[in-house]
Amino acid sequence: MQDHPLKDEPKEKVDENSGVSRRDFLKISTISAAAVPILGTKVVQAAGEPVKVYGPGKVPVELIVNGQKHALQLEPRVTLLDALRDQLEITGAKRVCDRAECGACTVMIENKAVYACTVLAIEAQGKAITTVESMMQGETLHSIQQAFVDNDASQCGFCTPGFVVAFKAVLDKYPDATPEQIRHGLSGNLCRCGTYHGIHLAIAQTTQKGA
Amino acid sequence: MPDYNWPDAEHRTLIGKRISRVDSPIKVSGRAKYTYDYHGANMLFGKILRSPYAKAKIVSIDTSAAEKLPGVKAVEIIQKPGTTAQWAGDEIVAVAAVDESTAEDAVRLIRVNYQPMSYLVSDAEPPAGAGEAAGPMSEDDIDDAISNQVPDAQLAQSLQEYGVAFKVDDDFLNDMKGEGASDAVLAAIRQASYHAAKGGGHSAYQKTAAQTHGDPDKAFAEADVVSEGLYGAPVIVHCCLEPHGSVSEWTDKDHLFTHISTQNVSGIAAQMADPLGVSAANIRVHQDNIGGGFGSKFAADRWDITAARLSKKAGGKPVRIMLERDAELKVAGARPSAYARVKVAAKKDGTITAWQSQSWGTGGPGGGGMPPVPYVFGIPNQHKEHTAIRTNIGPARAWRAPNHPQAAVITMGALDDLAAKLNMDPLDLWLKNLEIAGPRRDVYREELAIAADLMGWKEKWRPRGQNVSGHIARGLGLSIHTWGGRGHESDCDLTIHSDGSVDIKMGTQDLGTGTRTTIVIVAAETLGIPIEAINLYIGDTLYPPSGGSGGSTTPGGVSSSTRRAAVDAREALFAKVAPALNAQPADLECVNSTVRVKGDPRRSLTWKQACSKMGAMPLTARGHNDQLPSKNHPDLTNSGVGGVGMADVEADLETGIVKIKKMVAVQDCGLIIDLKTAESSCYGALAMGISYALFEEKVMDQATGRMLNPNMEFYRLAGLNDIPELVVHMMTGKGYDERGVIGLGEPPVISPGAAIANAVANAIGARVSFLPITPDKVLAALNVTQKAGA
Repeated sequence: MQDHPLKDEPKEKVDENSGVSRRDFLKISTISAAAVPILGTKVVQAAGEPVKVYGPGKVPVELIVNGQKHALQLEPRVTLLDALRDQLEITGAKRVCDRAECGACTVMIENKAVYACTVLAIEAQGKAITTVESMMQGETLHSIQQAFVDNDASQCGFCTPGFVVAFKAVLDKYPDATPEQIRHGLSGNLCRCGTYHGIHLAIAQTTQKGA
Repeated sequence: MPDYNWPDAEHRTLIGKRISRVDSPIKVSGRAKYTYDYHGANMLFGKILRSPYAKAKIVSIDTSAAEKLPGVKAVEIIQKPGTTAQWAGDEIVAVAAVDESTAEDAVRLIRVNYQPMSYLVSDAEPPAGAGEAAGPMSEDDIDDAISNQVPDAQLAQSLQEYGVAFKVDDDFLNDMKGEGASDAVLAAIRQASYHAAKGGGHSAYQKTAAQTHGDPDKAFAEADVVSEGLYGAPVIVHCCLEPHGSVSEWTDKDHLFTHISTQNVSGIAAQMADPLGVSAANIRVHQDNIGGGFGSKFAADRWDITAARLSKKAGGKPVRIMLERDAELKVAGARPSAYARVKVAAKKDGTITAWQSQSWGTGGPGGGGMPPVPYVFGIPNQHKEHTAIRTNIGPARAWRAPNHPQAAVITMGALDDLAAKLNMDPLDLWLKNLEIAGPRRDVYREELAIAADLMGWKEKWRPRGQNVSGHIARGLGLSIHTWGGRGHESDCDLTIHSDGSVDIKMGTQDLGTGTRTTIVIVAAETLGIPIEAINLYIGDTLYPPSGGSGGSTTPGGVSSSTRRAAVDAREALFAKVAPALNAQPADLECVNSTVRVKGDPRRSLTWKQACSKMGAMPLTARGHNDQLPSKNHPDLTNSGVGGVGMADVEADLETGIVKIKKMVAVQDCGLIIDLKTAESSCYGALAMGISYALFEEKVMDQATGRMLNPNMEFYRLAGLNDIPELVVHMMTGKGYDERGVIGLGEPPVISPGAAIANAVANAIGARVSFLPITPDKVLAALNVTQKAGA
C-alpha cells in the first residue's frame, strides 16, 4: 500500500479538540455514505499522527489532467475515474468493472499506469494525471495508436484506450521493452471482442520500430 | 434497370481488399463517444434497488426516506407490491439524484419487505422422472413468459407446439400487448390451437416431445462400434464491456430523446412507445458507438423505460442508468446451458449410423429449447429427448450464434470420442461422413484440407494420450459449423452534392464488426471515389431505418442497400453529366475519381467537375434491401456458410492447466467487402472461443439463489497471454465471391469451444465433459481414467 498522501504534510494546524477519535475517524471513512452535514477539511490526531480529514460532503479538489489544472468540488468518496468522466467529461478512460479487474480505466499518474476506478480523486491531487486524450500530437496518432490502427487491434473499442495507455506506460519506463515485457504490462487489461491478435501484432510493430 | 450486381473481380478496386476500419483512429485516441460517455446538461443519475432473492413476492415498499434525501429528484417503483421478483437482481425500485453517490445513498434508504419463495437456480441433470410433459399454455404461462423476457421466437415456438389451454380473446391480447408482447408473439397467440387444460402442477422440468428419425434401435443393434459420453456447456454471460443502459430526457412533454447502448437503433422507439404512452414518432434514439453487444442489446430494457419515466418525473432532465458490473453480469443476459448424454454408432469403416441423446439445460425462466443436435451431420437414425429447466437465474438472451456453440460441443465431442473408439484420426472420420454434412459438404471438404495444412495436422496428430513429454500432454481437436446469414431490412440514403461531397445516412450501428467500413467501401467502389470522400452518418432515428445487428444479417443488409443507393445516385448523376461529355448516360462510368466515357478515357471529367453539372440541388437516392430475398432484384446477399475450427493444446498433467498453443479458423462468407475486418471477426471469435472454453461460467449458488461471480475477477475472460498464434483463412474467389455478401458475426465463434474440448481429450486421453475446461476438471478426468485403467 502506498503511504497516505497527506501524512507528511503536518502544516495545517492540528485541531486537538475536533472530537474525532480514531474510532470515529474509521467510522467516518467507512460510513461516509450517510448524509452528514459538510464539515470541510480538518486535521485530527489519528494513531498519534496528524491526519487531514476530508468530508463527508463536498471538498475542494484540484486535479492536474494532461497538464491542465481543474478545480472541483467533490465528495471524498469520488474516484479519479468518476471525476474525470462525470465532472471533467474526459471520457477516454472507461468504467467497466469499477474494481481494478479489467484495465479499461487505465490512466497514468506521474508516469505510472493506474486503475483510475480504484484511486480516489483526492489522492490524485497535485500529481500529473495523463489520459489517452493527451497522446495525439495535433492530428497525428502516437506510434502505439497507429500500430493499433494498422493491425486492427480494436473492434468495439471500449477497452482500447486502457490498452493504449498501459502500453505507453511500459514504453515510457522501458523504451527498449521486449514484446514479452509489453505483454506483461498489458496483462492487467481485458478485451471482450477478442482483439488480442491485433494487439500482439501492434506490439510486434512497435518493438520492431523501436518506438 | 440499372445493374446493381456486385462488380467482377477485375473491376473491384476496394471490395475484398484489406482496408483499415474507418473508425479506428477515433477509437484508439479516446475520442469515440459511447452512450456511457454522454453527459447531458443537468444530468441526473439513476440507480436501481434489486431483489436480493431468487424468487420472492414483494409485500411492501417504503420509499419515503429516499424521497426526503436531499438531491433525490425522482423515485419510480418498477415492480409493485404483489408482484413476484423472478431472479436475484430483478429490478424493484429506481431513484434519480443529482449525483451517483446520492442515488446510491437513496437506494439504501428504501425498505422493501419480501416474502421469499422457493426457487431453482441449478441446471444439474434432472432427477429421473422429474420431467413433466409440457402441456398447453395457460394465461399465466404466457404472461410469465412475456414478463420474464422469454425470446419471441422461443415463445412463439412453444405456442405453436403446445397450443393454449384457454379461449383467446381481444382483452387477453390487449393485456399482453400492454405487457410488451411483440406482434410476432401476438400473432402466435392468435394462431395457437386450443387444447383442454393439462392436469398437475408447474414442474421446473419441462420435457419436450421426443423426436425419432429412421430406426435408431435397429441401427444401434447392428452397429460395429457404439460410443457413449457426456458433453455440455454451462450458462455464460455476454459481459459487454460497456454495460447495458441509456440516458433519456424529455425535450418537451411529448418528445423523448434517448441515448442508448443498443444493437438495434432503428427498433428501439417502437419498444419504448407503448410503455411510455408516447408515439414512436416522438422518440429520437441516438448512439455513436457501442461497447459490445454480442446479441444481448436488442431490447429497450426495463431500466431504459425506467430512466425515461424518472426523467419525466424530474421535469424532463436527462437521467442516466448504466448498469453496474454486477448487475450487468446478473441480469443483462445469459447464454443458455446445454448438456447431453449421447450414444453414437458407426460401422467399422467410420460411417456414422445412429445418434441418441438425452439433453437438458436452462435458459432461465423460459426453460429454453433443444440445441440443434446432432449438429451439421444429418445422421440417418436418431432418437432425441430434451428437458428444459425453468430456473430463476435471470433471462437468457441471444449470444453469438444462439444454440450453435453448445450443439457443437455436444456433437463434435461425441464424434471425437467415437473416432477414438474406432482408432481413427478424427479428421478422417469427419471426411468420411461429409456426405451427410448438408448443403455445405463440399465447402467443408475444401476447408478441412486447408485447415489441416495450416495446423500441420497430419504431422502433429497422435492417437489419444500418446503425445506426452514429462508432465506435458499435447493434443489436436477439430470441429465444423454452419450458420445462415442473409440481409436484414435496410434503407440507405446517399446524397451527392454539387461540390462533389457525398454523404450517407442510415439508422444502423457498428458493433465493432466494421459496419461503417463496409458501407463506405461499397459506396466508394460504386462511385469510383476514395472512401475518405464519403461522410457517413449512422446511429440515429433521424436516418432511414436499418435492421438490428443480429444473426449475421448486417453486412448483407447494409451493403445491399448502400449498393442500390449508390448505383441509383450514380445513374442520376450520369443523366446530368452525359450532355457535357456528349455521350449517353449508359456509356458513362465512374473510375478513379472521374466520370468518363467507357472505352474513351479522354472524354472525362473529374468527379468534382461532373458533380458541378448538377446545379445547386443535391441529389439523393434511397437504396432498400428487403429481408425477403425474393423481393430484391437482384439479391445481393446469400445465406448458409460452413467453417472449420482446429485447436492445438497443451495440458499439464500435474496441475491440470490447459494452454492453447495454436488455433486455426477457415471460414466462408460469400463476397467479402473488407478482408481485414472480416479476418478480425474470426480472430476475435477464436479469442472469445478460448475464453468460453477455458474460463467462463455463470456460477449460481442453489443455497442463496445468487450468482457467485458477478465481477471480472471470478467471471474470468481470456487475457492477452491466454491467446496463442491464431491463423485465419477466408475462403474467397470462384465459388464464394459470386454468392453475394453474408455476415460473419456468428459462425467463427461456434467451433473453437468444441475444437478445444476435443484437443484436450486428445492430449490427456480422457474426456472433460463440460466446459469450461478448468484445471480441477482436467485432474478429475485424469483420475477417472487412471482408476478405470488400474
